[in-house]
Amino acid sequence: MRRLGLSFLVVVFAAAAGAPFLAPHASDAKFSELLYAPPTLPHVVDDAGAWHAPFIYPWRLADRLEQRFEQDRSTRVPLVWLRGGRLTQSSDDVRAPFLLVGADGSGRDVFARLLFGARTSLGLALVAALGATLLGGLVGGAAGYIGGIVDEALMRATDFVLVLPAIYVVLALRSVLPLVLSSGIVFVMLAAIFAVVGAPFVARGVRAIVRSERQLEYAVAARSLGAGHARLLVRHLLPAASGYVVVQLTVLVPAFIVAEATLSYVGLGFQDPIASWGAMLQEASNTRALTDFRWLLSPAAAIFLVVLGLNLVLQQSGVNPVTISSDEPLGRLRPDSHSF
Amino acid sequence: MLAYLLRRFVFAVLLVFTVSSAALILVRLAPGDYADTAAAPGTSREVKDQMRARLGLKRSVAEQYGTWVADAVRLDFGRSMMYGSPVKGLVREGAINTAILAATALVAATLIGLPLGIISGSRRGPLADTIRTVSIVLLSLPPLLSSLVLLAVAAGTGWLPVGDMRSAGGAAWPLLDLLRHLIVPATALALPIAAMFERMQSQAMAEVVGQPYVLAAFARGIPRARIVWRDALKPALRPAAAVYGLVVGALLSGSFAVEAVTSWPGLGVLMLDALRARDLYLVAGCAAAGSVFLAIGTIVSDIALVLVDPRAVEAG
Repeated sequence: MRRLGLSFLVVVFAAAAGAPFLAPHASDAKFSELLYAPPTLPHVVDDAGAWHAPFIYPWRLADRLEQRFEQDRSTRVPLVWLRGGRLTQSSDDVRAPFLLVGADGSGRDVFARLLFGARTSLGLALVAALGATLLGGLVGGAAGYIGGIVDEALMRATDFVLVLPAIYVVLALRSVLPLVLSSGIVFVMLAAIFAVVGAPFVARGVRAIVRSERQLEYAVAARSLGAGHARLLVRHLLPAASGYVVVQLTVLVPAFIVAEATLSYVGLGFQDPIASWGAMLQEASNTRALTDFRWLLSPAAAIFLVVLGLNLVLQQSGVNPVTISSDEPLGRLRPDSHSF
Repeated sequence: MLAYLLRRFVFAVLLVFTVSSAALILVRLAPGDYADTAAAPGTSREVKDQMRARLGLKRSVAEQYGTWVADAVRLDFGRSMMYGSPVKGLVREGAINTAILAATALVAATLIGLPLGIISGSRRGPLADTIRTVSIVLLSLPPLLSSLVLLAVAAGTGWLPVGDMRSAGGAAWPLLDLLRHLIVPATALALPIAAMFERMQSQAMAEVVGQPYVLAAFARGIPRARIVWRDALKPALRPAAAVYGLVVGALLSGSFAVEAVTSWPGLGVLMLDALRARDLYLVAGCAAAGSVFLAIGTIVSDIALVLVDPRAVEAG
C-alpha cells in the first residue's frame, strides 16, 4: 500500500517535472476547430486488421450545434516521436492533433494542461506548505520556549484560527484583495494566505514538543554549557520537532491542493489562461461537461491521485491521516486533519 | 461544572462577535467598495459618490463599525446593498439551507462512520482491512471532488436532479422534491466526514482495546461483543466527543465546496457573492451566522466531553 502510494506520487511529480517534454502541445495552444473534442486514443491496428506504428484517427465535426465529433476512420495519422523537444505528437498537428485526454471549451489540449497544471497546483501547495511549517515552527517554537504571557497569547490566537473553517478564512483574505491580478502575484498571494492559515496547525504541535523538550537533560546541559537562547532553540530544541514537521508537511500539501482547486473553482484563484487543476475544474462546472465532456473532470482524478498517494504513504508510516494530538493530557483533543 | 460551561459560553459569544466584526472591518478596509463593483463601467465619479453617500459608505471606519455594532446588539444587521432587503432575512434563509445540508450530512456520517470505526478498531482481518481501505479512498475525495463525481453520476444516469435545491416551477410534493435534491449534496458532504470519523474512532477503539482492564474483562470470560460495545466504548468515544465541535468547521468548509458545485443556495454561496460585491453588511451577517454554528458546535462538544469524561472540567 505504501509502495502504491509512493508510486502515485512519483508518477505525478515526474509528470509535472517533465511537462514540456511529455506534453504534445503548449498549455495555451488552441485548436479552434476542435472545441470539446473527445480524446484521441492511439491505435496500433487499423480497421482492416493490419498492424502499424502507433497512429490516431482524426476527429471530424459531425454536428456543430451539439459539438459532436465523429472519427474519420479512413485516414491514419501516425505519431512522430522525439521531435521538437517533445516525446510524441501527431504528424499532422494542425489538422489532427494528438489529444490524449480530449480538448476543452477553447480547443486546448487537456492532457498538456493537466501536466502544466500540476506544476502550478503542486508548486503552490509545496511552497505554501513550506511557508506554513516555517511560520508555524517559528511561532510554536517561540511560544513554547518563552512561555508565560507570550505563550498564552500566541496559543489563544492559534486556538481561535483553528476553530474557524479554513476555507472561509482563505476566502475572506483572498476576496478582500483586488480581484484581477497577474498570475505571478496570484501565486505569491495564495501561497502567503495558505501559509498563514496553515501555520497554527503546525505551531500547536511544535510548541508542545519544545515545551517538553526544554526540560530534558540535554537541553539543560546545552544551557549550562553557555548556549544562548537562539542557539538552544534553533540547534537543539527545534530539531526535536522535525519528525512532526515532516508529517505536517504531508498533511498540509493535499489540503492546499484542494484549497487551490476550491478557490479557482469559484473564480478567486488562478484565472483562465493559466493552467491549474482548479482553474481547469471550473470548466467542468456546466452540466454538458458532466454528461458529454467527462474528460473535463480529469483534474479531479489528478487531485484524487495525489491526495490518495499522500494518505497511503502517511497511513503506512503509522501516522493516521486523522491523528489526535493530545498535547494537554486531559484537555481538549483535536484532530490534525486540516479541514479545508 | 457551571463555571466551566459559563467559561465556554463566554468563548462562544466572543467568537461570534470577533468573527463578524473582523469580517466587516476587513471588507471595509479592502480596496474597492460596493459602488465600484455594482456601478456599470464608465459611471462617473459623482454618481458613484452619490451612491456611497446613500449607502453610508462615506463615513469613517470607526463610525460605520460603531453604528453597526449598536444596531447589531438590537438584532438589526442592516440592509444588503446587493439585494436591497434586510440582511437578517437573507442570512436566515441561507443559514437554514446550509443547516439542512450539514445536519443531514453529519447525522449520516455519524451513523456510518462511528459503528464502522468501532468494528475496524476492535478486530483484525479482512473486514477491518476493507473498511480501512475504503476510508482512505474516501478521505482522499474531499467534498469538492465527491460532489463533482456524484453530480456527474446524477447527470449521466438521470436518476437524481442535477444541482439546485428545488425543482423549477414547484413540485407536487415539496418535501419529497427537497429530499431528492438533497441526496447528492448531502452524500458528497457526508462521505469524507464519515471516513474521518471511521479512522478516528478506529484509532481510539484500538487504543482502548489494548488497555489492561479490557484484557482483564476478556480473562473473566465476558462476551466479546459486550466488552467492545459497552466497556470499551465509553472511553473510546472521548475523541469523537472532542472532535464534534471542530467537525462543524469541517462541515462548513465542506459545505462551501458542495454548495458551489451543486448550486445549493446556502450560506457559503451567499457569502461568496457578498464578498465579491463588497456587500459589507451581508458579509458580516453571513460571518455572524457561520460563527453561531461554530459556537453551537463547540458548546455541544464541550458538554459531550464532560459527559464521557468528567475530568475535562478541571482541564478545560
